[in-house]
Amino acid sequence: MTLIDLANPTRFLSLTARLLPWLATATVILLAIGLYQSAMAPDDYQQGATVKIMFIHVPNAWLAMFVWGVMSVAALGTLVWRHPLADVAAKAAAPIGAAFTFLALVTGSLWGRPMWGTYWEWDARLTSVLILFLMYLGLIALWRAVEDPSRAARAAAILTLVGAINLPIIKFSVDWWNTLHQPASVMRMGGSSLDRAFLIPLLVMAVAFSLLFLTLHLAAMRNEILRRRVRALQLIQAQAGRRSL
Amino acid sequence: MNAMSLGPYADFIVTSYLVVAAVVALLIAWIGIDHRRQKRILGELEAGGVVRRSGRSATDMR
Repeated sequence: MTLIDLANPTRFLSLTARLLPWLATATVILLAIGLYQSAMAPDDYQQGATVKIMFIHVPNAWLAMFVWGVMSVAALGTLVWRHPLADVAAKAAAPIGAAFTFLALVTGSLWGRPMWGTYWEWDARLTSVLILFLMYLGLIALWRAVEDPSRAARAAAILTLVGAINLPIIKFSVDWWNTLHQPASVMRMGGSSLDRAFLIPLLVMAVAFSLLFLTLHLAAMRNEILRRRVRALQLIQAQAGRRSL
Repeated sequence: MNAMSLGPYADFIVTSYLVVAAVVALLIAWIGIDHRRQKRILGELEAGGVVRRSGRSATDMR
C-alpha cells in the first residue's frame, strides 16, 4: 500500500481497523513498563520524590507541541495538496492535543507548587503553553461554528499555521527570557543532562504517550470519516425528501 | 531507598497521576462512544434506504 492509497478514506478505514488492536496493545505494554520504571526510579537529590511528576509532565508537554506540529503539516495538506484526509487528521488531532496541553499545565502546576512555592507564574514558558491550550480550544470552536466543512477546513488550516509561530516561542522561551521554568535538560546541545535513572523511564513514557496519541488519533480520524459519511447521507436523504414533495 | 515512599509531597504526585489517568480514560471513552454513535446513525440511515452515491455501504471498511 502506497501513501497515495491512503488518500482513499475507505482504504484508510481498512488499514486503521487492522492497525488499531496492535497499536493499543503496544501502548498498554509500554505504558505498564514506563509506569513501573517511574515508580522504581530513585528520588532526586534536590526535588525528592516529586521528580516522578516529570515522567508524566514532560511527555504531555512534548505531545502538546508535537500534536500542533502534526496539525500544521495537515494544514499544509489541506491548503497546498488538498489531501482528502488532511482536514480529517487535523480536526481529529485537536481535542487530543488540547487534552495533552491541559495535562501538561495541570501536572506542571502540581509540580510547581512544592518546588517553586506557587501553582502558577505568568512567566514566558507557562504563559506560552497556556496560549497554546487556548488556541486548541479556539480551533475546536471554529470547526464547530462553521457549517460548511470545506470553508471550516481552510479557515482552520490558516489559523493552525499562524498558531505554529507559538511552537518555537514555547521551546526557546526558557532561553530568551528569565523564567521560573527550568531550561531544556533532555533535548539540548551537548546531550541530556539527566541521569540514566531518570532518562530511561522518561523516554519509555514519552514513547508510550506517543503511541497513545497515534492510537487515539487513528481512532478519532476513523470517527471523523464516519461522521462525514453520516453528513453526506443526511444530505442525500434531505434532497430526496425535497424531490418527493 | 524505598522507591515508592513518596515523601511529604505525596498528595501532589498522586494527584498528578490520577488527573492524567482520568483525562486519558475520558478521551478513550469519548472516542469509543463517538464511534458507536456514528456507526449506529449510519446503520439507521442505511436501514431507511439511504445509500452512498457509489452504492457501497457507508460502514464498509474493505
